Amino acid sequence: MSEHITFTIDGVEIKGKAGQTILQAADQAGIYIPRLCYLSELIPHGSCRVCTVIVNGKPQAACTQPITEGMTVENDTPELKEHRRNIIDMLFVEGNHYCMFCEKSGNCELQAMAYRLGIPAPKYPYLFPEKDIDATHPDIFIDRNRCILCGRCVEASRDIDHKGVFEFVGRGINKKVAVNAEANLKDSNFKVADKAADVCPVGSIIKKRVGFAVPVGQRKYDSKPIGSEIENKK
Amino acid sequence: MSKPKIATASLAGCFGCHMSILDIDERILKLIELVDFDKSPIDDIKEFTGRCAVGLIEGGCANEENVRVLQDFRKHCDILISVGDCAIMGGIPAMRNNIPLKECLDEAYLNGPTVHNPENITPNDKEIPLCLDRVYPCHEVVKIDYHLPGCPPSADTIWQALVALLTNKPLELPYELIKYD
Repeated sequence: MSEHITFTIDGVEIKGKAGQTILQAADQAGIYIPRLCYLSELIPHGSCRVCTVIVNGKPQAACTQPITEGMTVENDTPELKEHRRNIIDMLFVEGNHYCMFCEKSGNCELQAMAYRLGIPAPKYPYLFPEKDIDATHPDIFIDRNRCILCGRCVEASRDIDHKGVFEFVGRGINKKVAVNAEANLKDSNFKVADKAADVCPVGSIIKKRVGFAVPVGQRKYDSKPIGSEIENKK
Repeated sequence: MSKPKIATASLAGCFGCHMSILDIDERILKLIELVDFDKSPIDDIKEFTGRCAVGLIEGGCANEENVRVLQDFRKHCDILISVGDCAIMGGIPAMRNNIPLKECLDEAYLNGPTVHNPENITPNDKEIPLCLDRVYPCHEVVKIDYHLPGCPPSADTIWQALVALLTNKPLELPYELIKYD
């Protein structure tokens, strides 16, 4: 097998290395494929499906699908945009996302993805589910109202911190992030310096005593859409 | 030719979106050249005087009066716009949606730490509109044509949307003007 693999994304020829996923090769080439659960330091698991692309006519998660010679990938199409909008819409109505008082607002990847996709309002009915908050830990709190079940904290705690503080429990609408402790987060060995405290894409795992540190207008996604750092590489 | 009319209302909201409308500053003089204000707290006209081109709705539906006002707006306005997060998703008032209504009222009038209510009465005068079981975003009650997100949407967002609609241009908000906070 040759070291370099050539394929196309939306008709543009991309050169990647053997073993890379579509997402990795696209990132390197300066083509942004929208994603939520993916984080380059973690093992991709294709759970949010925002990065779904059409590979040789079939839908695949770009974060897990390896590249092959001559494959054709469709990414920026009206159908895929609509599919991504639907996922984001569902994530909004299946949680309780109050952006106006969330400390993560302006730096939140879910919100930024909705901005990028031009969503003024979700089209599905709000479910207003009952979710709980764990504020027992002295340095960190968990607000499950904002959790999008991306699994980044689960993976980071297990694979990088080697602690396994978080795990999913329950199924479907009742699925939630649980902590590996007698009762609450304070009973676990979770520390504010852990990688898992830094990976949450939304305001679900928040460090205490930080608050609204960056003024409105200077936050990460205030003026530039999510993904523009990748597109600027082109 | 008479100018098109605009109507505005605040349902279960904080009037912040109306403040944002006023925040268009001196452009309000240009707006007055383009439109007349009909039913609105801005001019204190209580009832519709005729058909309106655009209705701006702030706040969600928390009680039966909110629903009536919203339905009245739908009836009288060609284009109805949800302005702000309360109108779009219920906003802060929707935080009661996870608590049974009786518990909310008991906390507000009977059990709250600062409540002084020796008669132990929950207000129930028929003048007071009945609370709904939960707070509903406007588009779950009537058809809404456009949404302007934000808490509140910036004056620029409102201005740009109004000018686009009044000059028959497509309402396309640039990235910087779509904000949920």
